[in-house]
Amino acid sequence: MTSVTTRPRRRLAYTLDVKGSPYIYIAPFFLLFGALGLFPLLYTAYVSMTDWNLLETTRQWVGFENYAELLTDDYFWNALFNTVSIWLLSTIPQLLVALVVAHMLNRSLRARTFFRMGVLLPNITSIVAVTIIFAQLFGRDFGMVNWAIQLVGLDPIDWQAGTLSSHIAISMIVIWRWTGYNALIYLAAMQAVPDHLYEAATIDGAGQWTQFWKITIPMLRPTIIFTAVVSTIGGFQIIAEPLLFQSGTGNPTGGSDRQFQTVGLYLYEQGFGLYEFGYASAIAWTLCLIIVVMALVNFSITRRIKSG
Amino acid sequence: MATTLTPAPAKKPDAPREPRRRKVRAPRTAGFWTYAALIAFLLGSLFPVYWSLVVASHDNDAIGKVPPVLTPGGHLFENIARVFDTTAFGQALFNSFLVSSTVTVSVVLFSTLAGFAFAKLRFRGRKGLLVAAIATTTVPHQLGIIPLYIMMGELGWTGRIEAVIVPGLVTAFGVFFMTQYLSSAVPDELLEAGRMDGCTTIRLFWHVVLPAARPAAAVLGLFTFMQAWNDFFWPLVVLTPENPTVQVALSTLASGYTTDFALVLTGTVIATVPMVVVFALLGRQIIGGIMSGAIKG
Repeated sequence: MTSVTTRPRRRLAYTLDVKGSPYIYIAPFFLLFGALGLFPLLYTAYVSMTDWNLLETTRQWVGFENYAELLTDDYFWNALFNTVSIWLLSTIPQLLVALVVAHMLNRSLRARTFFRMGVLLPNITSIVAVTIIFAQLFGRDFGMVNWAIQLVGLDPIDWQAGTLSSHIAISMIVIWRWTGYNALIYLAAMQAVPDHLYEAATIDGAGQWTQFWKITIPMLRPTIIFTAVVSTIGGFQIIAEPLLFQSGTGNPTGGSDRQFQTVGLYLYEQGFGLYEFGYASAIAWTLCLIIVVMALVNFSITRRIKSG
Repeated sequence: MATTLTPAPAKKPDAPREPRRRKVRAPRTAGFWTYAALIAFLLGSLFPVYWSLVVASHDNDAIGKVPPVLTPGGHLFENIARVFDTTAFGQALFNSFLVSSTVTVSVVLFSTLAGFAFAKLRFRGRKGLLVAAIATTTVPHQLGIIPLYIMMGELGWTGRIEAVIVPGLVTAFGVFFMTQYLSSAVPDELLEAGRMDGCTTIRLFWHVVLPAARPAAAVLGLFTFMQAWNDFFWPLVVLTPENPTVQVALSTLASGYTTDFALVLTGTVIATVPMVVVFALLGRQIIGGIMSGAIKG
């Protein structure tokens, strides 16, 4: 169809289209992401080396001083302790319960979609709404949790005041929101386990629980690693829950004695409560480093789950 | 479990296998205790949401009752009116819809474009760029929040809704998700046939890739919308109580020193209802998305 004279031009257009156009398609992503995602990350490193306070309009190069100060900052270590504590208290029960729930969902069930949607519902609610609801449920005076505790004859607890009690209450928020989600991830992995493994085990006389521990768990190893690492990345960045759990919220101290201030919340207090941008950036990079280390530790621990 | 497709007519020689198979599968059927445990878990999952509705439909005095009130009352609309009087909740709802829908359209469009290029086109640096994009999904995004705040200040966007929209316009996760989907959903032969017929790349995208991408685009769009709607920390930092998103307005509502629980929990109900509606209508797709293994929260 093409006439001889137009052919070279067409070929050029074709070559340009095939070789060049891919870059146009990926350009919006890389330009926007570079400017608003990657650049801020790198710039944080620079800001963390300065004494930069928005209110005093000071801006001075101080090298690693902020980091040195951070290492001797009691509030930082306190926040790190709280973060680890809340992370452990929320992640371990969450993943264990999720495994059991997934195991139950994996049986042949009536109303399968109904159950699946039901367990996922907490995950679509906003952290803000859920934390407000839980803060009320765990309230000292009118909270339903204390009412239930008194029913069984125990003394009511001032959940916010104690270190452990506040950590438990905050962990409950995380557990409630994420267990069903992780259960669905596990369920998907369980459905990929070949049936003949279970059939063979049943023939060999292995019971339900033996099958669960000896077949399901090992076969789910990659998925368990995945969820453990994701929970680590998320758990160490926790901010909204402790921020909103405090009554008369908006106060980023995480309780009157900082008993539930997390590292993320301390970053928020330094950065947007006191406008110490330099110091807050140093916290950000330190937190990032901790997350990477913890994710690797987690990876190597969960990798030890025996496979096959 | 999908029913196993055994094309075995009853009189085949291997027919005796059937009963044995059934016997083997029998223990995997859910019994009474499985249902009991699952229903208990479900009640626990639903209760806090139900409880917020109970508190939101009573006046504030009901909260201190012993034993606690467990059924909805008749004050819901009165409380809703109070929420809109107390904070800029109307503005907040408008802002949240604006942010969530703009971000959703943009993320889906740009992710599909980039996903198409990464999955189906050949160009120099493809692998390296893809790895770079995927690697960034694991970086904690709170890390960059201070420079981002400084940048928004320079642009004069502090307190304005652009500050929330623009940084959300693309996500590395979306690109990863669409790349994965498109590499298996669109057959290479189809694209080659299109090229033979003289289709330009953009026409291939429009007529072949985009229709094929629809299911994944729907899932990605749903997740993006919900994430944008529920996003809290960055909007809290960059917006003001006068021009908030729903989540920011909610935190303002909760930060009063008076403990008007009825008011605050009515706010949570208003903020949650749009998500519950979306979930009720499209929950199946959301579950499918999570179970296809590619979605991270």
